[in-house]
Amino acid sequence: MIHNYVKYTLMFVFLVIVQILILNQVQFSGYINPYMYVLFILLLPVTAPPWLVILASFLIGIVIDVFSNSMGIHAAASVFAGYLRPVVIRFISSHDEEYNEYPGLLQNKFSWFLLYTSIIVLIHHAVLFFLEVFSFADFLITFFRLLLSSIFSVFIIVLSQFIIFRK
Amino acid sequence: MRSLLRYLVKHYPLVLFLLLETASLSMVVSYNSYQRITFLNSANRVTGSFYNTFSSVRDYFSLSKVNKQLAEENGRLRSLLDLPAERDDFEDIFADSGRYNFLYRYTPAKVINNSVNKPFNYITLNKGREHGIKPDQGIISASGVVGVVIKVSNSYSVGLSLLNSQWSISAMLKKNSYFGSLVWNGPDYRIASLREIPLHVSISIGDTVVTSGFSSIFPEGIMIGTIADFSRPGGDNYYSIDILLSTDFKNLSYVDIVENSDKDEIEELERISGNDS
Repeated sequence: MIHNYVKYTLMFVFLVIVQILILNQVQFSGYINPYMYVLFILLLPVTAPPWLVILASFLIGIVIDVFSNSMGIHAAASVFAGYLRPVVIRFISSHDEEYNEYPGLLQNKFSWFLLYTSIIVLIHHAVLFFLEVFSFADFLITFFRLLLSSIFSVFIIVLSQFIIFRK
Repeated sequence: MRSLLRYLVKHYPLVLFLLLETASLSMVVSYNSYQRITFLNSANRVTGSFYNTFSSVRDYFSLSKVNKQLAEENGRLRSLLDLPAERDDFEDIFADSGRYNFLYRYTPAKVINNSVNKPFNYITLNKGREHGIKPDQGIISASGVVGVVIKVSNSYSVGLSLLNSQWSISAMLKKNSYFGSLVWNGPDYRIASLREIPLHVSISIGDTVVTSGFSSIFPEGIMIGTIADFSRPGGDNYYSIDILLSTDFKNLSYVDIVENSDKDEIEELERISGNDS
């Protein structure tokens, strides 16, 4: 239990630092900005109580907000993704399979992890990008940005699972 | 009452979700309303010093580039001065400079945080109140206009970048002094659009656009960019012009903050005359 708290605290700090110091500085053609910190919401234990997931999502969102001058936008997107996470897990897992406590890439099938990551990242980015422009005008441009960034975020998250936070 | 409570306890994730989501959304809304820009956080002490530390590390990687830019600017300034190799009438120079009333004061500052890919981009500088920085002072770089200071803490300040659709500046064509307003609507950080140039003005691709000096934020004639493309929208009396910005926002490191020492006086005068009419 204590071990878990330490692990997730370290993960939190690491992902926040990577996000604000590296990924927020990397910008491709004005369209793409990957958000890797969603990985934190993805990797919380499957059995964690919903309130803990929502609260942890809110926490990482608000910290990212503070560092990127976007009060509330990341927090809203993260809370949304954190709230829907149990629903998504229930939706994409079949009953006869046994749940793995840690929803990483090693512990599950590749197709499962890819689908899981894609759905959560899309939910998160959809809220994020539409809140950021704060209007549905130029819907297609925003949609395009959100799609490109999602693909990139999913790519980075899946790739990172081969290197860090494997267990 | 009891059944309501029981319902809430049973569905506590939904309640918690709605609570936190409302909190975040209210933050978004109050932040987005332009008046409450006080929510801007990176001017505050913690994040400011954090970015400062990080940028002092990052600086080493761009030293050679900055050196080159400084050398170029030195060369440009020297050519403006046009000093002959031997000149013995220094007394005259000092006497001359004393006669001028210096309207603009420049404070060099370093960019410690900057973005180009959001709809509203901000820029954080490492100079603040104790260096004499106040809100509404302009920010320029060696290559052109950058933005305007909006919030100041003791040793840091946050400015609106030109790449912020909440802001526009008064710009004019250098060759014939027709003026319009320059706004940026994204997504490309190199292109902004110039409005309100009437159709009878003759313009061509490559024309230079500079600040007009009407706003008392920037001195007149600071470079903004060049015309990259223009068209005549049907049914409109104005051109639609794309401006290629001369400042490379992705590559900003050192800027100057401009203070207009007569700004208060000008604004006071404008306020009085505005009351009369």
